[in-house]
Amino acid sequence: MKDFVFHRPSTVAEAVAMLKARDDGKFLAGGQSLLPVLKLELAEPTDVISLAGVPGLRDIRVDGDRVIIGASCTHDQVARSAEVKAHLPALAALAHHIGDAQVRNRGTIGGSVAHADPAADYPAALIALGATIKTDRRTIAADDFFTGLFATALERDELIVAVHFPKATRAAYAKFAHRASKYAVVGVMVAETAAGVRVAVTGAAGVVFRVPAMEAALSKAFSASSLDGITVATDDLNSDSEASAEYRAHLIGVMAKRAVQACA
Amino acid sequence: MSGAEGIGASVRRKEDRRFLLGKGRYTDDIVLPDQSYAVFVRSPYAHAGITSIDTRAACEMPGVLAVLTGKDTVDAGLGGVPCGWLVKNKDGSNMVEPPHPSLAVDVARHVGDPVAMVIATSKAAARAAATAVAVDYDVRPAAGNLDTATAPGAPLVWDAAPGNICFDWHIGDPATTDAAFAKAAHVVEIELTNSRVAPNAMEPRAANGHFEASNDQYTLYTTSQNPHLTRLLLAAFTLHVPEHKLRVVAPDVGGGFGSKIFHYAEELLVLWASKKVGRPVKWTSERMEAFVTDAHGRDHHSKAQLAVDANGKFIGLRVATLANMGAYLSTFAPAVPTYLYATLLSGPYDFPAIYAEVKAIFTNTVAVDAYRGAGRPEAAYLLERLVDKAARQLGIDRIELRRKNLIQPSQFPYQTQVALQYDIGDYQATLDMALERNDHAHYEQRRQASAKRGKLRGFGISTYIEACGIAPSALVGALGARAGLYEAANVRVHPTGSVTVFTGTHSHGQGHETTFAQLIAERLGVSIQNVEIVHGDTDRIPFGMGTYGSRSAAVGGSAIVKALDKIVDKGKKIAAHLLEASVADIEFKDGQYRVVGTDRVKAFGEVAFAAYVPHNYPIDTVEPGLDESAFYDPKNFTFPGGTHLVEVEIDPDTGVVEVVDVTIADDVGVIINPMIVDGQAHGGLAQGIGQALYEEAVYDSEGQLANDSYLTYTMPRAADLPMFKVGNHVTACTHNPLGVKGVGETGAIGVPPAVIGAVLDALAPLGVTDISMPATPEKVWRAIQAAKAATGKKA
Ligand SMILES: Cc1cc2nc3c(=O)[nH]c(=O)nc-3n(C[C@H](O)[C@H](O)[C@H](O)COP(=O)(O)OP(=O)(O)OC[C@H]3O[C@@H](n4cnc5c(N)ncnc54)[C@H](O)[C@@H]3O)c2cc1C
Repeated sequence: MKDFVFHRPSTVAEAVAMLKARDDGKFLAGGQSLLPVLKLELAEPTDVISLAGVPGLRDIRVDGDRVIIGASCTHDQVARSAEVKAHLPALAALAHHIGDAQVRNRGTIGGSVAHADPAADYPAALIALGATIKTDRRTIAADDFFTGLFATALERDELIVAVHFPKATRAAYAKFAHRASKYAVVGVMVAETAAGVRVAVTGAAGVVFRVPAMEAALSKAFSASSLDGITVATDDLNSDSEASAEYRAHLIGVMAKRAVQACA
Repeated sequence: MSGAEGIGASVRRKEDRRFLLGKGRYTDDIVLPDQSYAVFVRSPYAHAGITSIDTRAACEMPGVLAVLTGKDTVDAGLGGVPCGWLVKNKDGSNMVEPPHPSLAVDVARHVGDPVAMVIATSKAAARAAATAVAVDYDVRPAAGNLDTATAPGAPLVWDAAPGNICFDWHIGDPATTDAAFAKAAHVVEIELTNSRVAPNAMEPRAANGHFEASNDQYTLYTTSQNPHLTRLLLAAFTLHVPEHKLRVVAPDVGGGFGSKIFHYAEELLVLWASKKVGRPVKWTSERMEAFVTDAHGRDHHSKAQLAVDANGKFIGLRVATLANMGAYLSTFAPAVPTYLYATLLSGPYDFPAIYAEVKAIFTNTVAVDAYRGAGRPEAAYLLERLVDKAARQLGIDRIELRRKNLIQPSQFPYQTQVALQYDIGDYQATLDMALERNDHAHYEQRRQASAKRGKLRGFGISTYIEACGIAPSALVGALGARAGLYEAANVRVHPTGSVTVFTGTHSHGQGHETTFAQLIAERLGVSIQNVEIVHGDTDRIPFGMGTYGSRSAAVGGSAIVKALDKIVDKGKKIAAHLLEASVADIEFKDGQYRVVGTDRVKAFGEVAFAAYVPHNYPIDTVEPGLDESAFYDPKNFTFPGGTHLVEVEIDPDTGVVEVVDVTIADDVGVIINPMIVDGQAHGGLAQGIGQALYEEAVYDSEGQLANDSYLTYTMPRAADLPMFKVGNHVTACTHNPLGVKGVGETGAIGVPPAVIGAVLDALAPLGVTDISMPATPEKVWRAIQAAKAATGKKA
C-alpha cells in the first residue's frame, strides 16, 4: 500500500469539496472493497477521505411507500433493521448473506453501490425493486446507475447519501455464492412492486441485468413453473474457474425459481 | 500415575493460553536492532531466459541497502538448494538431479522463481525498489502441468531430463503380478488424478537472518518444522558455515502441513545478505507469494488394475503413476511418490502380488513435496476408488468386498508385497466400530428422507492404512535418504524437582508442550505445570530431525521415554543410598522411590534435590545431577489405520455437495491426550474434505497458477463441515515403548476417497461413474447432465 493523506470531514459538503479539490482522492466507507484495492496497489490515491465522521448517513427510515437507507449503513445494520425486516424482508436477508460477519460489520450499502462490483449483491436488489440513488446533488434511478463493470453514473466527486427503496408486494433474493470469496456467482432478485414484476441478475455478467422474458412470464402467472423453459443466452455471461457461462445460465434459471418460491 | 494428567488424560493444551491471547511469538514478530527487510523480484513467467537484470535504478532508491542477483550468489560461491533423497531408476542409475540455484541465474523455471533480492531499511522501501528492478526475459514455451510436460515434443524443463523424466522407478514383482492377472476371474481398471493442492499454513513463511561480525556467528529465525535439518543443510550444502557458528531458531510456527519441512532458498539468502549489508535481514512471504513459492502437494496421475478371483478375493494389483515434481527437487520430493506412496499400495488388504511403476516428471511449476499425508493419501485414494469400482463391477457390496480382503488380526506381523511389514492392527474392529457409530443399519431410511427433500444422498467408505513414525535410519538410508530419521531428547530435572524437556521435534500446532509434559507426569509424577517443553532452537535442543510424518510421539516421545528410563534408574541408585537399601530392592511408582514391601519412601523431588546437593550421596559410584539425554531410532514405521465413513447430500439442480455426516474409527495406537488426538483428526478431516470438494491449485498449460489468492482458491470453512464423530480402537504399536502410532495425518489420508465415494454413490442411480477431485458444483452438475444425455440416448 502506498502512502496517502487521510482526511476526516464532518459534513457531506466538506467531503465533496475535499474530493473536488484533489486530482486523485477516494472516499472511504467500510473499506471492505477499497482497502484490498489499495493493498494490491490496483489504485494509489493521494488522498483518502473517510465518511466515518459525516453525520446523517447511518439512518434507516420509512417514508410513506419507501424505505430509505443511509449510505453509511453497514450490511449488518440493514440485516438487523426492524424497518427493513418489516417492509423489505428480502433486502434484510440479502444483506445478511453478504460476505462474512467481519465484512458485514464494516461494509456499507453506499460503498457497495458505488463500487459496483459485478458480483455484489445489492445491485440486484436496487434494480429489481426499482430503487433510486440519492447523491449530494441529484437523484439517479437504479436503472440508469449501473453502467458497466465497476462503472456507475456517479461523477468523480459525487457522494451517495442514501438509497431509496420502494416497498414490495413480494420479493426474494436467491444467491449462489462463490465458494472462496462468497460473492455472488449468480444472484437473482425477484420483486413485485407497484411498478410490476422485475427479475434482476447479479454476478453472472459484467453488470447487473434484467430478464424480460422471466418478468413477462411472472407477470402473467407468478409461479416457479412459469419460468420453465426460459433460458438466458450465454453470450454475455462471465466464464471463470468457478463457473462457466453455461453453468451460470443454468443457475440463473434455478435461482430465479427459488426466489419465486421464496416469495410465497 | 495420577490419571488426571498422565497418559490418557484430556488435559487442556498448555500452549493455548499464549496463542489465544495473541501472545504467540512468530518469526515475523521478531524485530532485531537495525532490522532490514528483503523483498524478492520473482519471475512472472513459468519458463524464461533471463537476458539481463538492471539493478541501477533500484539501488539508487531511498533506503535501499543492496540489490542482489543470481550472479552475485555464483560469485559468492553459495551452494544450490539440495535435495535430501536420491531415488534410483529401474535400471539402477540415479535420478536426474538438476541444480537449484537460490536465485535464478540464466533461466527462471516457474512463476515465482526468485530472480533478484532487494534489501532496504523498510519493507515499503524494499517493495518500491523491487518494482524498479528491470529484468529482461526471453519467454520460452513451458511445460505447465503434467499433461503438457508428458506430451510428445513437450518443452523441456531441463535439457538433462529428456521427456521431463526425473526418474522412472518401480517396486514389487512384475512376474508374480502378471501371473496373478493371467488367472484372474475379473480385472477392474481405473484411471484418475490426485489433484494438486497448495499448503496454506495460516502463518506464511518468513526468515530473519542475522550475522554478527564480532564473533562470526549466524542466527536464522525461520518458519521451520525442523530447525536442525535446516541447519545441517545450510552448513553442509548452501551457506558452508560450520554448525557451531550457526544457530537456527524456529519459534512459534503457525502451521506447516509439510510445507515448512524443506530448506528454502530464502533461508540461505537472508543469512548471506545479512553478512553483506551488516544488518539483520528479514523476509516475510505475502499470501500470493506463498501460493507460488511454498511447495505444493499431491499432483499424481495414475492408472491401476485390480485382479480379483472368482470368490471376490484380490489377487493382484498393478499401478502406473506419473508424479509431478515441479521445476526443482525440493528436500523430500523424490521420496513422496515412491517410498511414502507405492509402499502403501497394499493398503489394509491382503495382496499376494503387487507391481507399481512411478515416473516423476519435471514441470514449470513450483516444487511438489510432502503435504499432510505425503504419498499415503495418494495411495489410499487410488486403492479405495479402485475397490469401490470393483464392488460395483462385480456386484458385491462395498463393505463386504472390503471385509473379504482385509488383513486378518491373526496375520500380523504382515509382510506386504511392497516392502513394508505391518506390525499390528485390527481393521475389522475399526470397520465395525465406524459402521455402528454411523448407524449404518439405518442408512436407507436417511437416504429416503433426503430424497423426500429433493436431495441425492450418498454413502462413502474408506478402509485405509498409513505408515508414519518415520523412520528407521538404516532402512531409509538404504532407500536413498541422505539423513537419519531418529529423534533426540534431553530431560533435565531441576534441583527442586521441576523438569525441562528439550526435544528435537517441533510443535507447530500439534500440542507437544502438553502431550510431552503428560509423558513426564505419567512417569515421574510431576505435574505438567512443573514441566516445560523446549523445542525449536538448535542452540538449546539436541540434534533431532523435527516434526512431520506423524513422527513426534512415536519417535520423539520414545526418545523422551528412553531419557526418562535413565532418570528413573539413576534416581534408584540415589534413593537406595538415601534409604540404605540395595538398588535391586527399590521400586519407583507414583512419584516415589520405595523399598519394596515397606513404607520407607523418598519422593522424587527429594532424590532430585540430593542429586544436585550431594552431601549424603553415593558420590563414588554415581555422578551428581539428574539430567539425561537419549536418542531413539525406530525399529519400524508405525501403521495407523481405520475406517472413514462419509454421507453427502447433493442438490441435483445446482450440483452442490454437502457433507452431512463424517464418522470415523481410527487406530492410532495408544492415546496420550484424547482431546488433542480428536483435534488432530478434525484438522486432518477438514483438510481431506478440502481436497475432495474445495481446494485445487490449477496450473494451466503455460504454467500460470490460475488461483493464487483466497478470492479464487477455496479453503474449507467450519460452516462447510458437519460435527465429526471420531472413534478410536487401540492396538498398541509393538515396537516403541509408548505403543503410539501417530495421528497427525490420518484424517487427510482416509477421508478423500470416502467423500468421492459418497458423491459417486449419490450419483450412481443417474448413471454417473466417475468424478475428479475437487467435486465442485459445476463438475457435479456437468456429470449429471452428461449422464442424463447418455441415458437419454440409450433409451
Ligand atoms: C471477504 C469479502 C467478502 C465479500 N463478500 C461480498 C458479498 O458476498 N457480496 C457483496 O455484495 N459484497 C461483498 N464484499 C464487498 C463488501 O460488501 C464491501 O463492503 C462493499 O462492496 C463496499 O463497501 P464499503 O463500505 O466497504 O466501501 P469502501 O471499500 O470503503 O469503498 C468502496 C468504493 O466506494 C466508494 N464509496 C464509498 N462510499 C461512497 C459513497 N457514499 N459515495 C460515493 N462513493 C463511495 C469508495 O471511494 C470506493 O471506491 C465482500 C468483501 C470482502 C472483503
